[in-house]
Amino acid sequence: MKTDTIIDGSEASLKNFLHTLPGVDQVGAQARAAMLGTRSVKNAAKAHAIDLAISMVDLTTLEGADTPGKVRALCTKGLRPDPTDSSVPRVGAICVYNDMVGVARQHLDAIGGHDLPIAAVTTAFPSGRASMPVKIQDTQDAIASGATEIDMVIDRGAFLAGRYGKVFDEIKIIKDICVERAHLKVILETGELVTYDNVRKASYIAMLAGADFIKTSTGKVSPAATAPVVLVMLEAVRDFYAMSGIKIGVKAAGGIRTTKDAIKQLVLVNETAGPQWLTPDLFRIGASALLNDLLMQRMKMRDGRYASPQYVTID
Amino acid sequence: MSTFDYAPAPESRAIVSIDSAYGLFINGKFVPGKTHFPAINPATGEKLSKISQASTADVNKAVSSARNAYQKTWSKMPPAERAKYLYRIARILQERAREFAVLETLDNGKPIRESRDVDIPLVAAHFFYHAGWADKLQYAGCGDNPKPHGVVGAIIPWNFPLLMLAWKIAPALATGNTIVLKPAETTSLTALLFAQVCQQAELPAGVVNILTGDGKVGAALVNHPDVDKIAFTGSTDVGKTIARSVAHSGKSLTLELGGKGANIIFEDAAIDEAVEGIVNGIFFNQGHVCCAGSRLLVQEGIHDEVLDKLKRRMSQIRLGDPMDKNTDIGAINSSEQLAKIKELSAAGIREGGESWSPECALPDKGFWFPPTIFTGVTQAHRIAREEIFGPVLSVLTFRTPQEAMEKANNTPFGLSAGIWSEKGSRILWAAKHLQAGVIWANTFNKFDPTSPFGGYKESGWGREGGRHGLGAYFKGGNHD
Amino acid sequence: MTNRIEVLKTYKLYINGQFPRSESGRVYEIKVGKDFIANPAQASRKDLRDAVTAARGAQSGWAGATAYNRGQILYRIAEMLEGRTSQFVEEISLLEKTTTAQAKAQVAQSIDRWVWYAGWADKIATTFGVTNPVAGPYYNFTVPEPMGVVGILAPEKPSLLGLVDCLAPVLVSGNTAILVASHSAPLTAITFAEVLATSDLPAGVCNILTGIKDELAPWMASHMDINAMDISGAAKKNHTALREAGADNLKRIFAFGEKVKTERMISFLEAKTIWHTVGI
Repeated sequence: MKTDTIIDGSEASLKNFLHTLPGVDQVGAQARAAMLGTRSVKNAAKAHAIDLAISMVDLTTLEGADTPGKVRALCTKGLRPDPTDSSVPRVGAICVYNDMVGVARQHLDAIGGHDLPIAAVTTAFPSGRASMPVKIQDTQDAIASGATEIDMVIDRGAFLAGRYGKVFDEIKIIKDICVERAHLKVILETGELVTYDNVRKASYIAMLAGADFIKTSTGKVSPAATAPVVLVMLEAVRDFYAMSGIKIGVKAAGGIRTTKDAIKQLVLVNETAGPQWLTPDLFRIGASALLNDLLMQRMKMRDGRYASPQYVTID
Repeated sequence: MSTFDYAPAPESRAIVSIDSAYGLFINGKFVPGKTHFPAINPATGEKLSKISQASTADVNKAVSSARNAYQKTWSKMPPAERAKYLYRIARILQERAREFAVLETLDNGKPIRESRDVDIPLVAAHFFYHAGWADKLQYAGCGDNPKPHGVVGAIIPWNFPLLMLAWKIAPALATGNTIVLKPAETTSLTALLFAQVCQQAELPAGVVNILTGDGKVGAALVNHPDVDKIAFTGSTDVGKTIARSVAHSGKSLTLELGGKGANIIFEDAAIDEAVEGIVNGIFFNQGHVCCAGSRLLVQEGIHDEVLDKLKRRMSQIRLGDPMDKNTDIGAINSSEQLAKIKELSAAGIREGGESWSPECALPDKGFWFPPTIFTGVTQAHRIAREEIFGPVLSVLTFRTPQEAMEKANNTPFGLSAGIWSEKGSRILWAAKHLQAGVIWANTFNKFDPTSPFGGYKESGWGREGGRHGLGAYFKGGNHD
Repeated sequence: MTNRIEVLKTYKLYINGQFPRSESGRVYEIKVGKDFIANPAQASRKDLRDAVTAARGAQSGWAGATAYNRGQILYRIAEMLEGRTSQFVEEISLLEKTTTAQAKAQVAQSIDRWVWYAGWADKIATTFGVTNPVAGPYYNFTVPEPMGVVGILAPEKPSLLGLVDCLAPVLVSGNTAILVASHSAPLTAITFAEVLATSDLPAGVCNILTGIKDELAPWMASHMDINAMDISGAAKKNHTALREAGADNLKRIFAFGEKVKTERMISFLEAKTIWHTVGI
C-alpha cells in the first residue's frame, strides 16, 4: 500500500510521523464546528439530506439484553424503514454484537436483504480489555458468521500510555483478518482520548494501519460523536487522501438522535471532507433512535404536517 | 436533487417595518429634514427609505439640546439611575435583536448570520457592560470623582453601524455625558431605529441626538464650539483632518482609524484553525473591518500547505444574498467602496501580484467583490501597505520570527495583529514585539465590551471598551 | 603666586551618548548682565534629525530592558545628580537668578523626582494593566507599553526640575526622548546630560538639544518618526500649529499643567490587549 512511503511500520517511524502533525486548537475547532451548526438546510435540500442520512445509518443494537427476536426486528426495520412508503431507502448497515451476526444474516437473507451489510463489533468491544488472541478470535467468529463489516476498538490504555506502536499493531492484525472479507471500522472512543490532538493522532494511526473507516465512539462512553470531534476526523481523512490518494470513511456514532443532529453531521462532511464523502461508502452514522426521527421528519416534508410516533414502527 | 446543495434559506424581513422617510432625532423627537438622500440596500440596489440631510441649523439644535439635557437632567441624575436607563436600553435591544439584525443586513449588506450572531449581541452586551459602570466610576482608575466632558460629538462608520453606535453612546452615557451622533451616510437605519429604542426606554430628551447626513454634518459637529469631546471611527485621512480641526480648541479627541493587520502563521501553528483564522480575519464582514488581518505572513516552510488549505477553504465560502442564513460573504457596502477595492486590486495585478479567487458567481444587482488572495506580494506592493477595506488578502512570507516582526511592524498603522503558533513562549515573545493595540493569538477578530480596543501609531488615539475605554469620556481622564 | 586660569566648559549637545557640537557650527551667547557665561550649541534641524535617529535606534532595547533594570538606571540618575548638587545649584542660581536656597530646593526636588519615578518602573504594568473577563474561552489581558520616541519641549524655568518633570515620566516606561532644553537657562540641561552619560543609561535613550525652541519645534512636530510630544515648554501661541503639524502622523501631543502625578507617565503609554484561546 502507498502508506509504506509514510511510515515503515516501526513504532519509531510512526512516532516521528505523528510528531509532524499540527496540533488542534480546541477553541478554534469548536468555533468552526459551531459555525457549521448554524447552516440552515431547508426544503428540497432537507428532503435530500434526510434520505441520504437514512442510507448512512448503521442501525444498531448493542445491549446485553439483545435477543434473536430483537435483532430480527432490527433487520426488518433496516431493510424497509417505513413499511408504508417504498421510496424510503434502506439503512447503511445493521450493527450487532458478534454472537448475533448469524441471526441477522439468516434473517436478512430470508427477507431479501442479502446484500445489506452487517457490522459486528469485535475486539472485546466496548473496552477492548482482552488479550490479542481473544480479539482475533472475536473478529474471526464475526466474519465466519457473515459479518461484512468489523467495528473494532483501539486499545485506549495503550494509546494514553504513549504506546502507539501497540495500537497500530493491533489494528494491523485485525486488518489482516478482514482483508477482502470485511470492511474495517476502527473505533477511537474519542470520549476517552479527551483532546482533539489525540483524536487527530489516533485517526492517523488507524488510517496508516489500514482502517477503511475511522469511527468516533462505541456509544457506551460520553461524550461521543460531538461536532468538533467529527470535524477533526473529517480533516484527517481529507488530509490523508491528499497525502496518500486513499479515501477513508468516517463513522459518527453515539449521541446523534435527531434529524437536526444528523443534518449537522452532513454539513460537517460537506464543508470539511467535501461532497465526495457524502455517500454511505464513506460516511455512516451509528444510531438507533435517530432512524425514527428521520422518518417522522420525512413524513412532515411529504405531508406538510407534523407526524406522530404512532405512525412509525418502534422496531 | 442529487447533490447536497443548501436550498435558499432567507431570513424573513417581515419583522422590521421601514418608514418611507426618516427625520432627525433631536431632543427626543423626530424632526423632518428639509432635504433627503436615499438609503440603499447594497445587495440589490433597492431604495429602502429616504434619510434626512441635517443642516448646520440642525447641528446647532442638536448640540444645544444635548447641552440642555446635560445641564438640566443627565448631570444631575444619580449615577445609579443613569445606569438603569442603560440597562433598559440593553434589554430592549435584546428583545428586538432580530429586528435590528434584519435591518442592519438590509441597510449594510452584511450576512444575516453575522448581524444576528455578532453585531447585535455585542451591541446589547456593550450597553449592559457600561450600564454597570455608571455608578462605579470612582473605580475606573481615573480618580475619585471623575468628571464628564459634557457634550460628546460622535461620528461613526458604515462597517458596523449599530455596534459602532454602541461603542460611542454606551460609554458616553455611562460616564454622564450627553451625545450627538452622526451615523455614516450609507447606513443610517439602525441608528434611527435605536432612536426609537431611546424613546421606548423613556431616556430623557436630548441625552441622545442622532443627525443623519454626509460629511458636512460631521465637520459641523467637529467644529461646533459647544461640543466638548469628539469620538471618531473611520479612515485615517479623515482622522488626521479632525485632529487638525480641533488643534486650536483643546477639544478632547479619540480616534479609531485604519489598519493593515498582519496575520502571522508560524510553522508550528494549528494549521486547520489557522486557516479558519485567516478566513475570519479577512473575509469577516466582507473585509470591511479596520482590524482585518489583511496581510498574511506565512513562514516559508508551510506556505504551500497553508495556501492549498486556504484555497480549498475559500472554495467553500458562500457569497450571495446577505439575508440568506447560509451566506458567508455579503455585499460591498457602496459603489464607492467597490470602486476603491477594484482600484487597489487592479494595482496589485499591475505590480505583479498573482490574484486568485474561487469560482464564485456574483449577483447581477448590487455591489459585489469575490473573496480574493494575492500571492507573490512583497512589502513594496501597494496592496501590502494600503488599507483595502474589502475581501482581499495579500500573502507574504517570512523566514524567521524576527523577520516576521519586522515585516508586521513595517507600516504606519498599528491596530491589530494575529499570531498562530502552538508554542506559548513564541506567542508571548511575538505579542511583546508587535506594535499593535489588539493582538489575537490563535484567534482573530474577536471583540468584547470588557476588552480595550484601539491602535498604535496612525491607527488612532485612545481605546474603546474595558476600563481603558472609559478614560476618554472624563475630563483629563487619560489622553487629553 | 599668580591666579590660576579657570578651565571653562564647552557646552555641547548630547546625541546618542556623545557630546557633539551642532552640525551647523552655530552657538548662542549666554550672558548674565554684561558677563559672558557660555556659548552653548544652537542645534539645527539636522541635529534634531540625528537625535531622532538615535532615539529610534535605542527604543526597542530600552523598552526591552527589564523594568527592574530601568528602575535601577533611573535611581542611578538620582545618585549621580546628588553627587553634583553644587554644580547645579551654581548654574541654576546664576541663570535663573534664584537664591542659593531656592536653587538647592530645585535640585533636591529634581533628585527626589527621579527616585519617585525609579520606583514606578516595575509598577506601571501592575497598576495600569488589567485582565479582562471576556465572554468566551479566551484569556484576555491589557498591558501598558511605551509609545516609542517622544519629543519634549522643556519649560524655560525651572530649568532642571522642569526638564526632569518632562523627561522622567517619558523614560520610565521605555520611551526614548529628544529634549529641547530651556533656551535661557541651558547649562543645567547639558550638565544633566553629563549625569546621564555616567548613569548607565544606554546611548540614544535620551538626547538633549540646546538652541531655539521655536526653530526646532515645528521640525519636531512634523517629524514622521516621532510618536508623541510634550509641548508643555512651548509658547502657548504655538500650540495650535504644533498640534496641526503633528496630525500628519497622528502624534500624541500633550501639554501639562503643574500637577505631577501619574498623568504624565500614563499619557505616554499605549495599551496593548492580547487575546489567547484557552483550551486543552
